[in-house]
Amino acid sequence: MSTKQLIIINGNELSFKTDETILEVAHRNNIDIPSLCYLKRAAPTGTCGICVVEVKGEQTLLPACSTPAKADMVVKTETRKVIAARRLVIEQFLSSGNHNCAVRASDDKDWTQFQMHVQKDDQSSELCPAWGDCRLQDLAYRYQVSGKKFSLTKTLYPIEDVNPFIIRDFSRCIQCGRCVQACNEVQVNKAINFGHNGSKGKIVAADDRPLKDSDCVFCGECVQVCPVGALVEKDVRYQVRPRETKKIRTTCTYCGVGCQIYLHVKDNKVVKITGVEHAAPNYGSLCVKGRFGFNFISSPERLTSPLIKKNGEFKEASWDEALSLVADKLGKIKKDHGPDSIGVLTSARITNEENYIAHKFTRAVLKTNNIDHCARL
Amino acid sequence: MAGLAAAFGSGAMTNTIADIEEADVILITGSNTTENHPVLSAGVKRAVSFKGAKLIVIDPRQIKITNFADIWLQPNLGTDVAWINGMMNVIIKEDLYDKKFVKNRTENFENLKKMVEKYTPEHVAGITGIPAQSLIDAARLYAGAKAASILYCMGITQHTTGTDNVKSLANLAMLCGNIGFPGTGVNPLRGQNNVQGACDMGGLPNVHTGYQSVESLDALKKMEAAWHISGLPTKPGLPVTKMVPKALDGEIKALYIIGENPLVSDPDLNHAKKCFANLDFMVVQDIFMTETAREADIVLPARCFAEKDGTFSNTERRVQRIRKAVEPPADVLDDWKIICEIAKRMGYEMSYSESREIMEEIASVTPSYAGITYERIENEGLHWPCPTSDHPGTPILHGKQFTRGKGMFHAIDWIAPNEVADEKYPLFLTTGRVIYQYHTGTMTMKTKGLNERAPECFVEISPEDAGQHDLPDASMVDISSRRGKISARVKVSDKIGNGTVFIPFHFAQAAANNLTNAALDPISGIPEFKVCAVKISKAA
Repeated sequence: MSTKQLIIINGNELSFKTDETILEVAHRNNIDIPSLCYLKRAAPTGTCGICVVEVKGEQTLLPACSTPAKADMVVKTETRKVIAARRLVIEQFLSSGNHNCAVRASDDKDWTQFQMHVQKDDQSSELCPAWGDCRLQDLAYRYQVSGKKFSLTKTLYPIEDVNPFIIRDFSRCIQCGRCVQACNEVQVNKAINFGHNGSKGKIVAADDRPLKDSDCVFCGECVQVCPVGALVEKDVRYQVRPRETKKIRTTCTYCGVGCQIYLHVKDNKVVKITGVEHAAPNYGSLCVKGRFGFNFISSPERLTSPLIKKNGEFKEASWDEALSLVADKLGKIKKDHGPDSIGVLTSARITNEENYIAHKFTRAVLKTNNIDHCARL
Repeated sequence: MAGLAAAFGSGAMTNTIADIEEADVILITGSNTTENHPVLSAGVKRAVSFKGAKLIVIDPRQIKITNFADIWLQPNLGTDVAWINGMMNVIIKEDLYDKKFVKNRTENFENLKKMVEKYTPEHVAGITGIPAQSLIDAARLYAGAKAASILYCMGITQHTTGTDNVKSLANLAMLCGNIGFPGTGVNPLRGQNNVQGACDMGGLPNVHTGYQSVESLDALKKMEAAWHISGLPTKPGLPVTKMVPKALDGEIKALYIIGENPLVSDPDLNHAKKCFANLDFMVVQDIFMTETAREADIVLPARCFAEKDGTFSNTERRVQRIRKAVEPPADVLDDWKIICEIAKRMGYEMSYSESREIMEEIASVTPSYAGITYERIENEGLHWPCPTSDHPGTPILHGKQFTRGKGMFHAIDWIAPNEVADEKYPLFLTTGRVIYQYHTGTMTMKTKGLNERAPECFVEISPEDAGQHDLPDASMVDISSRRGKISARVKVSDKIGNGTVFIPFHFAQAAANNLTNAALDPISGIPEFKVCAVKISKAA
C-alpha cells in the first residue's frame, strides 16, 4: 500500500483526491477560506482574488479555488499577507459601485454625497437591497474594510427592470462572473456573458438586449448566486429584507423533479423562493415556475369556505353542514346504486399521506376500487 | 407505466436524476425536457456540454433540447413503435446488441427478433418519414454506448399505442444491456409533483399501496387486518378515462374529485362536460374555483403545499418531506382531515393526530415504503424500494435481476394512430406545455409575470402550412376537429414539421382538449392526446 498523500492546511494534515483544489479540501474539512466568485458545479475562474492563500515556497499568493492540492503542500489561509491582499480586493469592490451599506464609512460630507448619488440611481431612499444578504458586506465586516480610500465610481449603465422577475442593477455588479457561470455551466441556458471589457465591463445578454428579449428563461439561478445586490428578485427588492423572513425547507409543488426549496416567509406570506444548495436532486437550481410562480399561495381567489350549490348558485356553508351533506349523499348513492356507482379522483398534487387516506376511504368506506388520478392526463 | 411493469416488473424511473449525467449517450423522446422538466434538462445539457455525452432526440418538433443533440429525428406523429423497431432491426442486423445480457437477463428475444426483421430502415422511413441513414446512425450511436439512458414523457405514453411505445423502449434498452447500472435505464419523467406518490399510495383502480394487487388474497387480508374491516372489494375498479364516460351511461352516479381539473385536462371536453353534467352528485376539493369545481354540487376548500406537512415522491422514486410554512386561509383543513371527517360521518372512524402518523401506517402496510420514516428523510429523501429501517433505499432498479425476474421482450407491430389527417381535417394536432405555465394554469396563472411571458393560447404551424392555408403570423384562427372548436393565435415557426400543428393545453379559454381524441390505449387507459386531426381557418 502506498503512503497516503497529504496536504497541510493551517497545520492540519489532510488527505485529498485527484484534481481536488485547495479550496475544496479546505471546505470539506470545515476550514473556511472565503471566496466571492467561486461557484460549486462550475470551473473555477479565479476572478475575484478573495480566496488567495499563502503556499510555502511560492513567491506570490495563490487562488485556492483554482490551485490543485499537492502532496506535502503547506498552506496557510489567514496570514497577514493574505489578509492584506483580501482587504485590498474588498476595498476595490466596495468602491466599484453603489454599495451603499453601512460599511462604506466615510466623512460626513462624502457619505451624504454618495448616498444621494445612489438614491438618484435607485429611485429609492433605502440602503442597498442586498443589505443583510450580501457576501461582500459580510467580507467587509469580517476584514473591517471600508470603501473610502477610492473615489466614487460613475454609474455607467441604468438599471434594467423591464422583465417581470429580475432587476439588473449594473451599478452594484462586481463582475465576479458567478451569474455567467450559473447561466452557462450550471443551467446551460447560455443567455448571458461578459461584454464590454475592462472598466466598462458589463454582463450582457446577446447583443446587449434586455433579458426579456434574450434566450433567458428566468430560472433565476443568476439571482441566487449573485453575491451582491446586482441581481435581485423584482418583487423582493426593497420589499423584503432577510432579517424579516424565516426560511422553511420543503419540496417544490410543480413538476416531478421534486426540487428542494426554501420558502421565505414574511407575515404569514411566502415572499421568495430559493433552491436548497446542498441537497439532491437540484442542488440549488430551480426553474421559473418553482422560483417565481408562488403567488397562488396567498391569492385572494383561494377558496376559504365550503360551498353548497342551491338553485344553481354556491352558498357558503359550515364545515359540519358540508361534510355531513357529502357523507349523506355518498351513503345514499352507495345504498341505492351500489358502491361501484361512486368514483374518486385522487390527486397527483396532494401528499402521499393524503393519497393514502383517499385510497383507504375509497376502498374501506365506499367499498369500491373506482379510484384513479390524473397520471394519464 | 403498464408498459414498464410488463417488461421489467416495476413501472417507475429505473435510474436517478443525477445518474443522467453519467451516461455516454442520452436518448430523449416524447419529452419537451427544457420546458417541462427544466432543472432535469440542465443535467442533460451539462452532460452533453461538459462531459462528452452524445444526445439523440426523437421528437416531431424541433424543441429546444435539439440544440444540444448530435442527432435529431423528426418522426411523423404516432409512429414510435416503427422507429424503435427500426433501430432494433439495425442493432440486431449489425450484431451490435448485448448478447450476454439478452441471454442471461431476458426472455422472448426470438419473437422480438422475428418481429423487427421487417422493420428495415427503408421500410421505417416510409412510415415515420425518418431518413434511413439517420435511423441507422442513431441506432449505432445508442448501441455503441457503454451506458445509455432513455428519457421519455407524455409524448410516448399519450397514444392509443402508449403501452406499446413504452414496451418498445424497454426492448431497446434490454437489447443493448442498458439496465441496472449508472447512466442507463428507461426513465419516464413524471409531469406532476406527486404522480409517483399517488400511484405508490394506491390511487389506482387495480392496486393497493406499493402496487399490491386488489385481487391478491394476501394483500386483501393484510389491508383488512390493518384497517379492522372486512369485505374490501377485490374487483379492479375503473380508470378515470372510463369513469367519466360511464357517468353518461348512468353507471357512475357520483364523483369525488380532489385537486384535479378534468374539465380542462380531459380529452374531448365537450363530451366530458356532458358526462359530468349527468352525475347525480359531484364533490370537488380544491384550492381554487376551477372549471371543474364550478360544476360541483359541493366544493370543499383545501390547503396548498405550503400549508401542510407530509411527503411527495418525485419522479426518481425519492420520498421527500414537505413542511408547513404558512397558515392556511381561514379555517381550511388538510385534505386528509376532510376525508377522515367524511369517513367518520359514514360510520368508519379514521383518526390521526398528524401526517407523521399516517406515514407510519403507510410503512406498516407497504413493503416498498416499510423503511421510510420522517426522521430518516429529514435532510435527504430516500428512493423506494426501502423495505427495512436500515435499508439505504434503491436509487437504481433491476441491478442484478428485474423485479419480475427476467426482463420480458415484447414483439410489437406498429399500428397507426386512432385518427389520422384526411381531406376534411388535413392537419395533425399534437398538444403539450410551455415553460411558463403549468397544466391547467390554476396555479401559475396567479403570477402576473408568468402570464406576461405566456399570456394566451397559440397554434404553432410551419411557414409552408401557414402560407398554404393563408394564415398570417399572429392572426386569430379557428381550429376545429370532429369534436370541437377553439380560437387561438397563429405562431408561424420552422420548429414544427409540415402537416402538423402544436397547441398548448393550459388555457381554459381556448382549451386544446376541446379538439383532442378520447380514444384510449387498451391497456393503460391513457387517451391519445398527442395525435388527432384538425382543420384551421381564419377566425370568423
